Amino acid sequence: MRLFSYNLIDTPIHRLSGLTKLICFLFLTSAVMFSYDIRSLLFVLFFSIYILKLSQIKYSQIRLMIIYVLIFLVTNAIISYLFDPELGVDIYGTRHEIVALYGRYTLTWEQLFYQVTKFIKYASVIPLGIIFLLTTNPSEFASSLNRVGVNYKVAFAVALTLRYFPDIQRDYQDIGLAQQARGLDLSHKARFSDRARNALMIVIPLIFSTLDRVDLISNAMDLRGFAKSKKRTWYTSKKMTWRDYIAICTSVFIFLGIIGVSAFINQSRYFNPFI
Amino acid sequence: MNKQAIINFQNFSFHYISQAEPTLHDINLKIYPGEKILIVGPSGSGKSTLGHCLNGLIPFSYKGEIKGSLTVKGLETKEQNIFKLSKMIGTVLQDADGQFVGLTVGEDIAFAQENDNIPRDLMHKRVKKVAQMVDMQNELISSPFELSGGQKQRTSLAGVMIDDVEILLFDEPLANLDPATGKVAIEIIDDIHKQSKKTVIIIEHRLEDVLHRGIDRVIVLNDGRIIGDMDAHKLVSSSILTENGIREPLYVIALKYAGVKVNEEMCPGHITTLKTEFSRDALKVWLTKIKADQRHSKNPSILEMEDISFSYDGVRPILSDISFDIRAGEMISIVGKNGAGKSTLSKLLCGFIKPDKGIIRYKGQDIKDKTIKERAEIIGLVMQNPNQMISKPMIYDEIALGLRLRDVPEEEIAVKMNKVLKICGLAPFKSWPISALSYGQKKRVTIASILILDPKIIILDEPTAGQDFRHYTEIMEFLVEINKLGVTVIMITHDMHLMLEYTPRAIVLAGGRKVADTAASIVLTDAQVIQEANLKETSLFNLAQLAGIEDGTHFVQGFIDYERGVKNR
Repeated sequence: MRLFSYNLIDTPIHRLSGLTKLICFLFLTSAVMFSYDIRSLLFVLFFSIYILKLSQIKYSQIRLMIIYVLIFLVTNAIISYLFDPELGVDIYGTRHEIVALYGRYTLTWEQLFYQVTKFIKYASVIPLGIIFLLTTNPSEFASSLNRVGVNYKVAFAVALTLRYFPDIQRDYQDIGLAQQARGLDLSHKARFSDRARNALMIVIPLIFSTLDRVDLISNAMDLRGFAKSKKRTWYTSKKMTWRDYIAICTSVFIFLGIIGVSAFINQSRYFNPFI
Repeated sequence: MNKQAIINFQNFSFHYISQAEPTLHDINLKIYPGEKILIVGPSGSGKSTLGHCLNGLIPFSYKGEIKGSLTVKGLETKEQNIFKLSKMIGTVLQDADGQFVGLTVGEDIAFAQENDNIPRDLMHKRVKKVAQMVDMQNELISSPFELSGGQKQRTSLAGVMIDDVEILLFDEPLANLDPATGKVAIEIIDDIHKQSKKTVIIIEHRLEDVLHRGIDRVIVLNDGRIIGDMDAHKLVSSSILTENGIREPLYVIALKYAGVKVNEEMCPGHITTLKTEFSRDALKVWLTKIKADQRHSKNPSILEMEDISFSYDGVRPILSDISFDIRAGEMISIVGKNGAGKSTLSKLLCGFIKPDKGIIRYKGQDIKDKTIKERAEIIGLVMQNPNQMISKPMIYDEIALGLRLRDVPEEEIAVKMNKVLKICGLAPFKSWPISALSYGQKKRVTIASILILDPKIIILDEPTAGQDFRHYTEIMEFLVEINKLGVTVIMITHDMHLMLEYTPRAIVLAGGRKVADTAASIVLTDAQVIQEANLKETSLFNLAQLAGIEDGTHFVQGFIDYERGVKNR
């Protein structure tokens, strides 16, 4: 079982360097964060779905993530409506009522439009995140973090976590089994308070065996000169090619385009079709 | 000798801050460029500490007080730093898995270069070159989970060789390897020594395995002092090994049993150099005099597996059609290389997983409906690393845990506790915290915590891994005692000595199938089984061949029987 099922296939997206993908990701998400223009947002949504297809990510790989995100978005939409059903009216300054529901809850075109915009705004970030995580080698990810200015010790810690996570996961399973054989009940039959206490009986040995491991790893890293200078190079870092520059230019162009649409056409972060 | 020593200890002592006594006393040792040195000693002799002093972990990571002088290439080490030392001495640590810091082989080899800010292209070129030296060039993008123990160790070796260090230090290189991989590791180290003319220092307690290839000098360490500094022939002929708790090579023990006085002229340091002219007759005479051990278990069956198959994904079988029958009171080993299905087998027995096909019977009864908890009262499992089992700070609470989870009254626990503590030799420590115990004692605590549930069968995963000869003997004699009380003991192991000395019968798994189920003497002399299970021919068999004894298996069995007689079991 792997946490991030990064898989090595050869697509134009996989060929890009991690640094490029990080930069593009940051530009596109900031554009999406900034704008409430449904036309721009739809453009980014379709663009990112196209990239998703291009990187040959299978639906089965991301199904679970998509389901969770949809549940989150729907809950979010319902709750924000319950808290402030007139937010759309405040923003767009007009009021076109569709139907009166109950008390202060009426459904307006403005509210509906605002919430659909917001839904698309969140939804268009998700494919971008998925693409970035699934097409970037974890240690290349670490190296790109370092290249955009994150301290390399922090960046390496990220890679190291990914390296040892499966080992620790396996330890956890083994310890759990051995403790169950001694009579530990982790099933739903046990009372909740017991289960919490029982879980501790797995966690404590796990912590001790992990500490042994940490000691070993830090020695191994010291002996091979980790942290001896202020900078380090990365084996996995990829060379920037013309493709990378095209990708970065494209994302910068989209970013500027979206900001431009807001600044010059809408003259606001919101696109208002009601006036 | 006119040559300048590359490593020079002069009246060197080291005292860890946390310890009451110095760990190293008054060490005087010169090592010359290009030498291949083996440092042996029992656990706690200070041999790892000596290694740490060389690579700079002492005094830069582990603090303590140094007296005297240690120079590497003429430079006083305490005035350097760990990074400068790592450019002169490359260390391959014991646990190749733990020291694998990269996500792939290539990355791991490159680690030191990354820290040196070597440009990417140059780094890739060098990684390729070094990977070729250890024959890993086709695995550069493999992750550690896809590699065998031996491949991980090759990677570690490449990772230190990329710095072009002059001295290679191996800290217990054999500890986690199966016999065949260990043999190959020793061969690789030897080849690299010959090709590169680097100075090689190996710290290891498994003397016979290291002596598979030539060694210039062996340094024997005990209680923090150098006890001996000589070549292998002289060492093996002396009484230093037995006096200091280091296992003698098996063939030497056999020669001694046969009444042969082992001396330097016989070149007994390596089985390959041994001259047997003087001992042939003695060995043959000895062999005829051994009384064969006629004891065969006629006890009823206690645990039976019939046509067991299992796979995790329904596609790739982990175990196929495994059948065997274990009799009550047997002591048996299950062997096979990593991935052969040994641990899956123990998981099936404990009920953690269910077989796809086949029946497991306890005393003739199918146990498929028994829960994990119920099975634990029949079959106990002791894991390899005691730290993976211990979850309470106090010994008493840890051992009582299984009973308390079964709501056994405290008075009853106290009664059982006294009995178990006595069996396990832990009675004096009844009210001690676990942190005060040694590794071997912790192991006993984990065994005690299983025994208190009164299982009829106990499965131990690598009970002696990483233990020196004294602790090995202690643990194994303790298991023999338990076995004598009527508990059936099943051991999953790589240790060929353990098989030979303690388990009359061995089940061998390879590729998920049972390839042998017979006497240990046959397993360890059958070329095909040895190859399939990643074992190695015992040196007793080689000795038999050298001495012109035709039936090598008979000779090995003779040795086992004789030894059992000596130890009166």
